[in-house]
Amino acid sequence: MVKKSSLPRHEMPARDPAERRHTFDEVALGYSLEMAVAEASRCLNCKGPSCVAGCPVNVRIPEFIAALAEQDLWGAVEALKDKNSLPAVCGRVCPQETQCEAVCVLARKGEPVAIGRLERFVADWERMQGMRIPEPAAPTGKKVVVIGTGPAGLTAAGDLAKRGHSVTMLEALHTPGGVLMYGIPEFRLPKDIVQAEIDYVRKLGVSIRCDAVVGKLYTLQELLQDYDALFLGTGAGLPMMLNIPGENYNGVYSSNELLTRTNLMKGYLFPEWDTPVKVGERVAVVGAGNVAMDAARCSLRLGAKEVHIVYRRSRDEVPARAEEVHHAAEEGIIFDFLTNPTAILGDEKGWVTGMRYIRMQLGEPDASGRRRPVPIEGSEYEVPMDTVVMALGTQPNPIVFTEADALTRTRWGTVTANEANGRTRMERVWAGGDIVTGAATVISAMGAGRIAAGDIDAYLADPSGPWWVEPAAEA
Amino acid sequence: MYLITHKEVLGPVTKLFVVEAPEIARKAQAGQFIILRVSERGERIPLTIADYDRAAGTITIVVQELGKSTQELGTLETGDALASFTGPLGRPTEVKNYGNVIVVGGGLGIAPIYPICRVLREAGNHVTGIIGARTRDLLFWEDAMRSVTDELIVGTDDGSYGRQGVVTTPLKELLDSGTQYDAVWAIGPAIMMKFCALTTQPYGVRTIVSLNSIMVDGTGMCGACRVVVGGRTRFACVDGPEFDGHEVDWDLLLSRLRIYADLEQVALEAYNSARAAS
Ligand SMILES: Cc1cc2nc3c(=O)[nH]c(=O)nc-3n(C[C@H](O)[C@H](O)[C@H](O)COP(=O)(O)OP(=O)(O)OC[C@H]3O[C@@H](n4cnc5c(N)ncnc54)[C@H](O)[C@@H]3O)c2cc1C
Ligand SMILES: Cc1cc2nc3c(=O)[nH]c(=O)nc-3n(C[C@H](O)[C@H](O)[C@H](O)COP(=O)(O)OP(=O)(O)OC[C@H]3O[C@@H](n4cnc5c(N)ncnc54)[C@H](O)[C@@H]3O)c2cc1C
Ligand code: FES
Repeated sequence: MVKKSSLPRHEMPARDPAERRHTFDEVALGYSLEMAVAEASRCLNCKGPSCVAGCPVNVRIPEFIAALAEQDLWGAVEALKDKNSLPAVCGRVCPQETQCEAVCVLARKGEPVAIGRLERFVADWERMQGMRIPEPAAPTGKKVVVIGTGPAGLTAAGDLAKRGHSVTMLEALHTPGGVLMYGIPEFRLPKDIVQAEIDYVRKLGVSIRCDAVVGKLYTLQELLQDYDALFLGTGAGLPMMLNIPGENYNGVYSSNELLTRTNLMKGYLFPEWDTPVKVGERVAVVGAGNVAMDAARCSLRLGAKEVHIVYRRSRDEVPARAEEVHHAAEEGIIFDFLTNPTAILGDEKGWVTGMRYIRMQLGEPDASGRRRPVPIEGSEYEVPMDTVVMALGTQPNPIVFTEADALTRTRWGTVTANEANGRTRMERVWAGGDIVTGAATVISAMGAGRIAAGDIDAYLADPSGPWWVEPAAEA
Repeated sequence: MYLITHKEVLGPVTKLFVVEAPEIARKAQAGQFIILRVSERGERIPLTIADYDRAAGTITIVVQELGKSTQELGTLETGDALASFTGPLGRPTEVKNYGNVIVVGGGLGIAPIYPICRVLREAGNHVTGIIGARTRDLLFWEDAMRSVTDELIVGTDDGSYGRQGVVTTPLKELLDSGTQYDAVWAIGPAIMMKFCALTTQPYGVRTIVSLNSIMVDGTGMCGACRVVVGGRTRFACVDGPEFDGHEVDWDLLLSRLRIYADLEQVALEAYNSARAAS
């Protein structure tokens, strides 16, 4: 009999790179049932599964995979969704190679089980069948308001509704979904999948009110008068710039602006959709996270001839998911490592014409443990460029904090919250997701929403006991 | 859906809409704006709150038809609904008793200055208004403006109504008149605000302008609306829209307003040919 560990991992079918450079259609095409069952059969179903510990929310991975291998698809759905409310999304965007798949026993000798692809398969299968809506618990008469409709908010809202609470979500934009709608592009996360998750939450009885900017339309204090509990899941939407000369020339975008115009406003369908987006022939995207990869790959699809990722560190430090880097390179994105912009150059009409770079080298390790990039003196040079996108990370948008001084924040602008239950320093206010961690991942935001929902439910049943208990310092 | 409860045609390209938005009406203050979308595929267009009625729960906006989105908005009628309507956005006007103030509204700028005049007057200021437009057809709200100012000067660039000439001429006359003025508001097209700020600068009178940079979300999330004021980059949608006009980098604003000029033309042509076909 062939040893399971020596069976090759099943490749993900993907659209041809030459074709996909010009379309926003999804790149990764998904397994067939046959492939999924075959891949699931590679799983050793270990006694002490390390993959579960490698997952930030401890999805019951071996169980869902075993059910899939036996073609018990509803069983797989149940095991998967027990811990993860957004598997169709996470299966597509989680950095599996640094989480569950990194610690898969098979990875030691060969290739790990393709857990993410199986997760996606099971979730997609469920959606095709029509998602089953669970019977909600009897109404508790308690009212909860959830601010922000990203993965953290959607998860908290869904969980709370299932437990019988009346849940209202407030969203600043005209479409719910958070980064899943405005940030991550269609070719990586089709928007009808996100909308299916939102429909599901609505069917659980959650009411979603868009066009409601909290901090402007209502303050947190006002909302606390009408609701028993408040969950803050407003993410980290404030773009950071480099503060180098020339950043306001026409043709310089924050990644948020480029991606919002392209994805939320469907700029790639202009003029059938009204919002324009403009990229020139040569585009430089500064940064190398998922956001940068998305901005670069969108630029290509919007018609750029030459797209560069400009990163001050080296290939080894690239923070984006491996699959995104791989797909980007396949599509012809050029990576300029150890390169740092020092100025953006422009013409007298105010348009970008080029970039000034300095070469970098890696020095001593810094606080993050990565080798610090240091400029090589005298190595500055200029290149012509038409469009520049700054993808340097984001911080929480302070607009929500109007008259909310009780909510303590760190110097990075994130809200202080107890990770064990999601409570903030402001009574009856919970927070989770990027607003607490700074820009992180879908799965961690989903997990934080789930933890907070559990604590909100417990608190609404019994609010006695101290509101804030200092979290135990890490050993 | 946000219902249009009343429409008024103020001129060939100027339309007023009263929109049902009780929660926004409760919070709205002079100087703030809303962002609306006409349809599902529409752009997010920022428009100043020209008036609010807390009791009736309505917001009034006045729009000048320029390109595709504003022309499409102009075709809506009472009883139609907007796809989205978000606000109140931006910081309110800083209202206090400054003393003698001049408030200048150029063209479409007449709409946003109306509530500002009203609150400044309520705060005890003596308000001198100047309203002007290129030509008579673009003027509106003369009577409304009279009701919220102590004096009102009305003119057109081409002399088709009121005094002939641009608004900076009466502005300079007032500043030269010997009366001490403590603050000036100037709202209108960027170029008009720039020249008002240049006019008041030698007199050292604080001059507030409302910057109409291109916006997307209007909540500080994208940076499309970046302007430079006092040498610092600011986001007009959350840090403004009102700023000290003497500190604004006007050439940058004017250049950034032209980013999409070619595509705006494409959108308008596509819209016009679709309309002609139907
Ligand atoms: C381009 C891009 C690509 C990414 N790729 C990946 C990836 O591949 N894998 C991965 O795991 N993670 C990825 N991430 C990160 C991931 O998307 C986020 O960590 C996650 O979405 C955070 O979820 P959240 O619920 O905390 O907030 P968000 O998704 O940011 O949602 C917050 C919501 O709150 C709303 N809001 C903000 N302020 C207010 C207010 N005042 N009133 C009302 N509503 C408000 C916002 O409009 C938004 O809809 C990516 C992020 C970006 C930007
Ligand atoms: C804070 C603020 C308040 C405003 N108040 C009013 C108002 O009360 N009444 C009114 O008629 N207009 C107002 N405007 C301007 C109005 O938003 C634009 O005229 C409108 O968006 C143009 O859209 P369009 O498709 O019709 O024209 P386009 O053909 O797209 O553009 C015409 C001009 O409008 C500018 N513009 C285009 N898109 C935007 C955008 N998304 N945001 C801002 N400017 C844009 C362009 O620079 C261009 O010069 C305001 C703008 C801002 C930023
Ligand atoms: S409009 Fe997006 S930040 Fe101001």
